[in-house]
Amino acid sequence: MINAAILFAMVVVGSAMLFSLTRLIKGPSAPDRILALDTLYVSTIAELILFGMFLDSSLYFEIALVIAMLGFFGTVVLSKYVIRRDIVE
Amino acid sequence: MIATLLAALIIFMLLVGAFFVFLGGFSLVKLSSFFHRIHGPTKASTLGVGSILFASVIYHTTYGSGLHPRELLITLFLFMTAPVSAHLMSRAALSLMDGRPDDPSVTPDPEAHIRDDADEIAEQRARDHERPHVE
Repeated sequence: MINAAILFAMVVVGSAMLFSLTRLIKGPSAPDRILALDTLYVSTIAELILFGMFLDSSLYFEIALVIAMLGFFGTVVLSKYVIRRDIVE
Repeated sequence: MIATLLAALIIFMLLVGAFFVFLGGFSLVKLSSFFHRIHGPTKASTLGVGSILFASVIYHTTYGSGLHPRELLITLFLFMTAPVSAHLMSRAALSLMDGRPDDPSVTPDPEAHIRDDADEIAEQRARDHERPHVE
């Protein structure tokens, strides 16, 4: 029963990742793409945690933690780049 | 009895988490402008990941290899960083917005046009068109 719920949640989170992928490709502006990347890494964390529950392993928490930290720094750096380029011009 | 209740709690938290993560992804496709879109992922997805992590904590303490504080660390980190990244992304969008008011007390129009791919292509075309004329 729990396994079925985990599988269902994995499919739903995967479709959310597909939605953010379409926004990442379609754009149309740079902040939209940054937001789509941010959503993509947050849902990747959820998917990895679900995968760790499915395989009954605690190995995936480290991966999720690394993705959480690097994704946050990536979002901050990309947003800073968009802001400062406009200030210099 | 308690095992059944814990299983029901895990399934409920998983369903709630999956629903909110789905809502965050769907709002990216459905909503019309950037300042509407930014609400979905930064609020709904964070709550969804939080409840999925909570379900994972209960699952691993009940069936798996005991309590892992790292899961709570991920939750704490996500709940701290989501507002910061949302603030920075909306500032980035604000700096690319057309007709932004100089007075900070005036609220900008959330539906205003943000510089996008079409503008970049038009500027590139204009530059390419201009260059032989300048030389």
